Amino acid sequence: MALLKDPPSGVEIDMNKISSNLSEWIVDVTGAAGTNYEGETFQLQFKFGPRYPFDSPQVLFIGSNIPVHPHVYSNGHICLSILTDDWSPALSVQSVCLSIVSMLSSCKEKKRPPDNAFYVKTCSKNPKKTRWWYHGKF
Amino acid sequence: MNSEDDLFYNDDDSAHEMDDDDDDFVEMGIEPEPTSTNEKTDVEVFLYEVLTTEQIVQHMVDCIKEVNTVVQIPATTTRILLNHFKWDKEKLMDCYYDGDQEKLFLEAHVISPFKKTPNAKKRTTRATSAAVAASVQQEVTCEICYLALPATLMTGLECGHKFCIQCWTEYLTTKIMDEGMGQVGTISCAAHNCDILVDDATVMKLVKDPKVKLKYQHLITNSFVECNRLLRWCPMPDCGHVVKVQFFDSKPVSCNCGHIFCFACGENWHDPVRCMWLKRWIKKCDDDSETSNWIAANTKECPKCHSTIEKDGGCNHMVCKKCRFDFCWVCLGPWEPHGSSWYNCNRYDEDEAKKARDSQEKSRSALQRYLFYCNRYMNHMQSLKFESKLYASIRLKMEEMQQHNMSWIEVQFLKKAVDVLCQCRQTLMYTYVFAFYLRKNNQSIIFEENQKDLENSTEHLSEYLERDITSDMLVDIKQKVQDKYRYCESRRKVLLDHVHEGYERELWDYLDSA
Ligand SMILES: [Zn+2]
Ligand SMILES: [Zn+2]
Ligand SMILES: [Zn+2]
Ligand SMILES: [Zn+2]
Repeated sequence: MALLKDPPSGVEIDMNKISSNLSEWIVDVTGAAGTNYEGETFQLQFKFGPRYPFDSPQVLFIGSNIPVHPHVYSNGHICLSILTDDWSPALSVQSVCLSIVSMLSSCKEKKRPPDNAFYVKTCSKNPKKTRWWYHGKF
Repeated sequence: MNSEDDLFYNDDDSAHEMDDDDDDFVEMGIEPEPTSTNEKTDVEVFLYEVLTTEQIVQHMVDCIKEVNTVVQIPATTTRILLNHFKWDKEKLMDCYYDGDQEKLFLEAHVISPFKKTPNAKKRTTRATSAAVAASVQQEVTCEICYLALPATLMTGLECGHKFCIQCWTEYLTTKIMDEGMGQVGTISCAAHNCDILVDDATVMKLVKDPKVKLKYQHLITNSFVECNRLLRWCPMPDCGHVVKVQFFDSKPVSCNCGHIFCFACGENWHDPVRCMWLKRWIKKCDDDSETSNWIAANTKECPKCHSTIEKDGGCNHMVCKKCRFDFCWVCLGPWEPHGSSWYNCNRYDEDEAKKARDSQEKSRSALQRYLFYCNRYMNHMQSLKFESKLYASIRLKMEEMQQHNMSWIEVQFLKKAVDVLCQCRQTLMYTYVFAFYLRKNNQSIIFEENQKDLENSTEHLSEYLERDITSDMLVDIKQKVQDKYRYCESRRKVLLDHVHEGYERELWDYLDSA
């Protein structure tokens, strides 16, 4: 809710694309100045299940511009522990967006994860179904 | 203590007192005479007990109580500490008395109970002021559901993160029912980045649904068994018994359900091959040809606790779900020296890996070799399954003989023969696993001779029991059968003794490539 009133810089909710039952949101994020993603905009899709916030939302990049990043697959799936293992019901959409922006900001080299091709071919549509065994630290 | 009334391991003091005597040898490590009904011994005095699920819960309670007779902290905190030390009481005690207690509590993710007093006081004052505030209609917002609620409806752990009671209940229920508490047997605070663990008393207080409570108890019991080196669940599906040993070793144990398995690895008893090689073998067999490459590339063992880890994503910074060890996927070394960017690891030599893949010729002959051993292994396994049919036909034969004036005792040699046959098949099966990883040397040639002898004598016995037995005179049968199975037994003993001696004198070399 705070996100609607007072979004942090680089994060903006697309009010037209919020589904009528509020279970699906699209958030526009902008790469922070002075980073590899400066000036780029990306779209994040949030899907909230019936057990949200106790169950984590499904979050992925959608649209034509998927950030090239060692923890982002070309299908938009994001490897970020707070989206699965380290999810806390006290995390808001805003704090998730901020974590993703800061993940982008800390990237030194723009490249895809090394197993991108294999993963994208074999993974489930829902990134939450992937058993992420690793935690990227940023 | 009142708050812990609900706690399942806190309500049976009287029952506990009654079997105190029984438990003493367990706790003190005094070996009793093997006359106790619970106690089973193998040839090489390897003492173990078979416990029911109830006895396991009792055993866990006893461990907690034993620590609590010395360390005066709430039982529910003790469980978290013991869990942290993999239920090694001595290690906990050592750290508790010799080490830094604050550090101990910190590492176990609990707030020191000795800090409680000032905190609790603070809380009371706060609670009083909250009560005053509530009376003037002041409310607090729960950071999970964003509802503004009276402060009295908010709760939390000693870390100070407060959420409304309803959110807590939902949170714990989700953790227990959907995620199975991630194998670790504990749940952390609902706040982001807070790793303080929720104690059992709080869980039992906040969770109301009996189904969820029951599942929680199962999860606790399971984590108690799983992380205790001296305990292992019987691997038979739905058996529910636990084998408890006095020291960890690779030894055969026999469950009350009749299943005999290796205590160290949980597989069927697999002498002469060692657990490590058997594990590798089973993994190899499970990989069918299509997926084998993928599995080799995508599963590895945690270098610390050896649980199998599957990789579905890109980061090479791995955290083992079971033991939380941080390591690098590529080189399997600890993560720390790699710094913050995973692609700095320079211990992986792409060229070398490629060279190995390219030598197709080599892999084809390796496949042939594998198939050779695999066929023989599978064959004995298959035969072993068929021997249950043999037991049935032999039983008929035994009845027939009893009608010809032989006593029940006298005809037992037939059953014994099938028992020996099964033992030999099982041993033979695992000799092929042993041989697959064995590098050729003088001793391995002797081993192969022994293997051949055992195989021949086993096949003779098998053939006789299956076919020829009917054509002989009843009086001849006993002598012939006994001769054959005794010979098998002696060949089996020769083979096993030779392998064991080889282990002791370190005569076995292994192939790394296999
Ligand atoms: Zn709430
Ligand atoms: Zn907390
Ligand atoms: Zn069993
Ligand atoms: Zn074993």
